[in-house]
Amino acid sequence: MKRFAALIDRLIYTRSRNSKLALIVDYLKHTPDPDRGWAIAALTESLDFPAVKAGTVRALLATRVDEELFRLSRHFVGDTAETAALLWPDAPGAKDDPSVSQAVDALASASRSDAPAIVASLLDRLDADGRYALLKLALGGMRVGVSARLAKQAFAQAFGVPVDDVEELWHAIPPPYAPLFAWGEGRAERPDLADVAFFRPFMLAHPLAEESIDFADYAAEWKWDGIRVQIVHGGGETRIYSRGGEEISSAFPELVAAFDQDAVIDGELLVRGEAQGGEAASFNALQQRLGRKTVSKKMLADYPAFVRVYDLLGVDGEDLRGLPWSERRARLEAFMPRLAASHFDLSQVIDAKDFDDLAERRAGARDAAIEGVMLKRRDAPYVAGRRAGLWYKWKRDPLTADCVMMYAQRGNGRRASFYSDYTFGCWSAEGELLPVGKAYSGFTDEELKWLDKFVRDHTLNRFGPVREVEKSLVLEVAFDSIHASKRHKSGLAMRFPRISRIRRDKPAEEADRIATLLAMAT
Amino acid sequence: MAKAKTWIEPHPSGIYVKPADVWIDPSRPVERAAVTHGHADHARSGHGSVYATPETLAIMALRYGVDAEASHNAAFPYGEGFERGGVRFSFHPAGHVLGSAQILMEYAGERIVVTGDYKRRADPTCARFEVVPCDIFVTEATFGLPVFRHPPTEDEIAKLIGAVRAEPERSVLVGAYALGKAQRVIAELRGAGWDAPIYIHGALEKMCHLYAIHGVDLGELRLVSETDKAAMAGQIVLAPPSALNDRWSRRLPDPVTAMASGWMRVRQRARQRMVELPLVISDHADWDELTATIIDVNPKETWITHGSEDGLLRWCELHQRKARALHLVGRDLEEEA
Repeated sequence: MKRFAALIDRLIYTRSRNSKLALIVDYLKHTPDPDRGWAIAALTESLDFPAVKAGTVRALLATRVDEELFRLSRHFVGDTAETAALLWPDAPGAKDDPSVSQAVDALASASRSDAPAIVASLLDRLDADGRYALLKLALGGMRVGVSARLAKQAFAQAFGVPVDDVEELWHAIPPPYAPLFAWGEGRAERPDLADVAFFRPFMLAHPLAEESIDFADYAAEWKWDGIRVQIVHGGGETRIYSRGGEEISSAFPELVAAFDQDAVIDGELLVRGEAQGGEAASFNALQQRLGRKTVSKKMLADYPAFVRVYDLLGVDGEDLRGLPWSERRARLEAFMPRLAASHFDLSQVIDAKDFDDLAERRAGARDAAIEGVMLKRRDAPYVAGRRAGLWYKWKRDPLTADCVMMYAQRGNGRRASFYSDYTFGCWSAEGELLPVGKAYSGFTDEELKWLDKFVRDHTLNRFGPVREVEKSLVLEVAFDSIHASKRHKSGLAMRFPRISRIRRDKPAEEADRIATLLAMAT
Repeated sequence: MAKAKTWIEPHPSGIYVKPADVWIDPSRPVERAAVTHGHADHARSGHGSVYATPETLAIMALRYGVDAEASHNAAFPYGEGFERGGVRFSFHPAGHVLGSAQILMEYAGERIVVTGDYKRRADPTCARFEVVPCDIFVTEATFGLPVFRHPPTEDEIAKLIGAVRAEPERSVLVGAYALGKAQRVIAELRGAGWDAPIYIHGALEKMCHLYAIHGVDLGELRLVSETDKAAMAGQIVLAPPSALNDRWSRRLPDPVTAMASGWMRVRQRARQRMVELPLVISDHADWDELTATIIDVNPKETWITHGSEDGLLRWCELHQRKARALHLVGRDLEEEA
């Protein structure tokens, strides 16, 4: 457990993605099976021990530590696992430091009744850092900033295998992934994936920079403002994967239930908005459904999800990814009637005459759920990742507003000494400046230096890491869309706000009014 | 025996010793102040007379412009003291920072000890805490919760040296309070065999010099402001915590941000401060030291001045020891712990 405890401690304090990656690569290379497999599963929150919950740990602590002291400590520390790890009395004598797999085996074998005794005996064999690692392993909530995507990249890097292969295999093999490591280290063949609902790495698009493609070679579709999903049915099971290859099936049980065909689809997950007369609602509405482990009936009723399907990667055991888009499209259109229309519809191809016609339609599109258009090369197969010339995304021109900087906060990592996160506002009818958003990108390094100096020279108040600044600097803020929001005093929330220009020339009084922004809301 | 409550009064701004008309560590200017140690939340400027150890007076002269030589101030080495209004005051090592003292007061057959801040473990920069038997023990409780158990200092120093060696193209920047912690980290590094020059922020220079004058060997120190960026790769740099992640740190080669403080025991605390390398090195007693000290001193009553009073009060209750919290104001718990 010592190596694993040291790894998570390093990950907690390491902010840069590349450094996190290097730490995991090193761990995977130098840790034996099955420990490394269990460890990586724990980091990506892929383990669950139903008999061991936070309540189990609290009850167990009550047998060793005064309850009032536990309560005071928990209040100060803010985390049950960490409090318990620090409070657990060190057992006398040498500690034999159980391995990660010994701990996993013990926790997995636990029943409700013997879980406390099993956890207690493990805690007695560990030091404070080891106890923290064990309790995080048992309870989840690791919060070390390691996504499934990062873990897969680390695996690919550690063993010099293509990350696309790792992505496909990952979800097909349960922890501790022994066949995966055997394949990675060249000790075994690539595992066979027949009859498994595995993830296929997504094909991605480049932004359309030069509007000079030959339109005849491309098909155009609307780019919907939802989340990209892949739904896979295989081995009698349906799974939904997000862009990063994370499984999100449990958040959308109605889609899992409705998808009963042996097929793999690629599409956009949206929710139906009442305001839109049953059409796709804005991203704001979809956000209500994201990041949930369980979904209430009310959620299902208020924010019904559906998928707008735009590609068919496989059907009835046949892999279609090698076919050109035009053939896959034909197969998709033929396939769609097999899915319930209540939960799946077809993403329509825009029948633009030429590029100018498409540009005109794109400019005219003001549907809340339309983000722009997609251009897909008609003869291109479905390939993982972002390949030049095959798929393009052509977003709608961003909206902009002139806002006034109100607060600034220091950034992370390389930007830790710079005030790089800005909260900005617009004027209410009463002449009050109300925050409308927060942005931390869009400026050059030179501009950042200038902004940092501005913040330091114009500070009015300090609240911990936040500085309130003199309300004198106008920032032109670009954003993809703006929505009504109850969470903010201004009643507005921006999507993807970024700083597009610093308007040193503009007096703060001439910045935009809230009413102007409200008129842009979708 | 006199009743303590008739001659010693806890006030939010300090402890008042009535028959002597002397305040202990007052947070506002008074006629006569007995000061336990030089940290700003205990030692302030503007008092009529200051009674303290010679080292504490020297620190107050440096930091707050107190005239250590003036006849109205008086310095007492450990074990010595003075009498006023029938109260006998004496100063005894507290092990917190250079010159830090517990103040023992004896009056009408009753003994009261005020610890100021203290720790029990060894510190190469100051005299070690001595147990002074008393009737009323007035203790601090900065780390008065059982989650605070400081690991062995040598383990934390080894972690620091390990981090420097692991990435020789970077420097490790250690945030350490300017009085006490900085000098202790340097002295501990020397004790662990780190002979290279240690680079310091300008704000640490004078206090390091004062320590050296008082016989604490800190080895070769160099100012960051007078050093080329590249020369600090693979080296240890010390700065006050406020300079971490500030513009000043841009003059260092890709620094790893470390911080030496007892608060680093709690992971979220360290993360909030953007610390990459937390070092649990404290000049305050941890939970085990606090409780062991109450047992060692074995007073009739324990008064708790500042920190996590509730935790230590609860412990006293569980161990059938009479205790009360004093609720002193103005104690800065964050920076120097």
